[in-house]
Amino acid sequence: MAWWKRLTGKKLFWPLVALALLLAFNLFFTPHFFQIQIKQGHLYGNVIDILKNGSPIMLLAIGMTLVIATKGIDISVGSVAAISAGVVAMLIGGDLQGIPKHPIFESIVLAVLVCTVAGLWNGMLVSRIGMQPIIATLILFVAGRGIAMVTTNAMVVWLYAKPFAIIGQGYVFGLPFSLYMVVVLLLMTLFVTRRTALGLFIEAVGINPTAARFAGINAKNIILLVYAFSGFCAGIAGLIVCSNVMSADGNNAGVGYELDAILAVVLGGTSLNGGKFNLLGSIVGALIIETLTVTIYAFNVPPEIAQVVKAVVVYIISLLQSSKFRSSVANMFGRRELAA
Amino acid sequence: MKKKSLITQRSLSLFVTLGLFVVMFGAGSLSFIGFFTLQNFLNLFMNTTYLMILGVGMTFVIISGGIDLSVGSLLSLATMVASSLLTKSHWNPSLVIPTVLAMGIAFGLFQGFLIQKFNLQPFIITLAGLYLGRGLCYVVSIDTIAIDNRFWHHMANVQINLFANSYISPSVIIAVLVVIAGIFVSRSTKFGRTVFAIGGNEQSAVLMGLPVARTKMFIYMVSGFCSALAGIVFTFTTLSGYSLNGVGMELDTIATVVIGGTLLTGGMGSVLGTMFGVLVYGTIQVLIVFQGTLNSWWTRITIGFLVFVFVLLQRALRARKSGTSSATQSRAEPLPRRS
Repeated sequence: MAWWKRLTGKKLFWPLVALALLLAFNLFFTPHFFQIQIKQGHLYGNVIDILKNGSPIMLLAIGMTLVIATKGIDISVGSVAAISAGVVAMLIGGDLQGIPKHPIFESIVLAVLVCTVAGLWNGMLVSRIGMQPIIATLILFVAGRGIAMVTTNAMVVWLYAKPFAIIGQGYVFGLPFSLYMVVVLLLMTLFVTRRTALGLFIEAVGINPTAARFAGINAKNIILLVYAFSGFCAGIAGLIVCSNVMSADGNNAGVGYELDAILAVVLGGTSLNGGKFNLLGSIVGALIIETLTVTIYAFNVPPEIAQVVKAVVVYIISLLQSSKFRSSVANMFGRRELAA
Repeated sequence: MKKKSLITQRSLSLFVTLGLFVVMFGAGSLSFIGFFTLQNFLNLFMNTTYLMILGVGMTFVIISGGIDLSVGSLLSLATMVASSLLTKSHWNPSLVIPTVLAMGIAFGLFQGFLIQKFNLQPFIITLAGLYLGRGLCYVVSIDTIAIDNRFWHHMANVQINLFANSYISPSVIIAVLVVIAGIFVSRSTKFGRTVFAIGGNEQSAVLMGLPVARTKMFIYMVSGFCSALAGIVFTFTTLSGYSLNGVGMELDTIATVVIGGTLLTGGMGSVLGTMFGVLVYGTIQVLIVFQGTLNSWWTRITIGFLVFVFVLLQRALRARKSGTSSATQSRAEPLPRRS
């Protein structure tokens, strides 16, 4: 049994099992689920769709993982993504000939910068003013959508500049371009958090901020940094969302992304109580959510009802993470007598 | 001594909110012709009835140190269930209203049970509740359901005349009654005092022998009840149920509670303050309408800004309260904890 213990002890084990079970379910019940064709020079199929549509959530989950590791939460990511979409659409805009108003690259940089500033704002509120993270980010959660609507003059803004489409719709070597963005950001984040002391600092702040401070860690700046990074990730996610449909809709872009991102992180094995985090797990979590969504679609359930399923998953995960719940279940099965 | 300073602080927050309302209403009166009328003042109530009812429930939740993000979607669910039962199932209003209210209470109980029994964070449970409520709306119907019920139409159209040609809607009476009940319950009942005690220090409340577990569940039931009632009142104006009603209303509600002087960390606040917070919110909306060129999304941005200002103010007040020791205390203070 030693090998079994070692296997289940691995942090990635349970998220991967959940994903595998979902995929196995689809293998039997969803026809042509794993079929991959080559169409117009790139790979095409359900699995590719999951990777492509899941990339915004994967990006958000990377940022969210670090925030949650500091015992924080960022529920403004969906609205910040909407701001990013709004800014980039207004800057690039362009006429029907596809000539952008402003250079595409600079517009993208500016949009992501705006979102990083939004993240910095959240970080300032949490670390300097000492607001509870939920309240601090709640301000941008709704005000952000207002800002997005004001940027686009409360209209849906269309983009016609062709090169911009590659971010959300393009393919490189047969795989979606957005996936490469996820991989690059993931590798960079993994490197910075695992090969430098930063990851350790973040975990220390999440486990005990006071102790971290006494150990000489500048907890305030660490917190500021993770929220700014979360804003940065939301900015990139917003670009993908915008590029996917080549338009920015301040009202509907990125709605519900915050729950998806939090869910992905929690599914991936990072506890909402802060401390140890698992970036790869969050990616797997995001894939689980996206697979679940595709599965729900495959059964012709209206997409809106998927929210109910997700909410139920949150309840279950929260319960599983609650020590009170675990001990009461253990009691139910008479473990207490065994222990005594 | 300490108690005295607390009372002055509480009345100070209330005073700040009242002052803000007077200043905003005064500024509007000076800038726009036709702003300073009795009817315009009463309109503030008429436009915000649902928000006042939501605010009362939320005040209890926040005083206890919790948070309820599900109020907006529960309101929406209430509008959907009410309109579906009325229009599709042709139920009698005297049955529909209790059913919807019971649903709200049950939803609140469910959330309160999870939060209390398994010691889960209120925000994550109620955030899931937000999505559950919204999803259930779509289960009821994806389209808008119009209400064609005589009682509902009556409630929507009837005007209760006051003096000097001014009038209010019946919903205003419901909202004011809820506020009065909220003030009474928070100040003069065992439940109300226990809510304050939990918010001040939950462990102490347990050690004092107060029924903390029961009270915490009851708080979320109250909030669920208020959300459902607010949903019914909402349908009195819109005469329809729609799944996207009340999107973002949770922030509006939390914002009005905070503007009303309730501490987000719990333990201090007042229902009366929340009412003034709602009136401030209503004034901003009316000011933007009168101003004319700004689009309505500026309301959201202004509200976000006001929340920011008021949380800052709360921090400043608290720093002043702790006096000279605050300098050393704030340095040793651990980082903010989630509610």
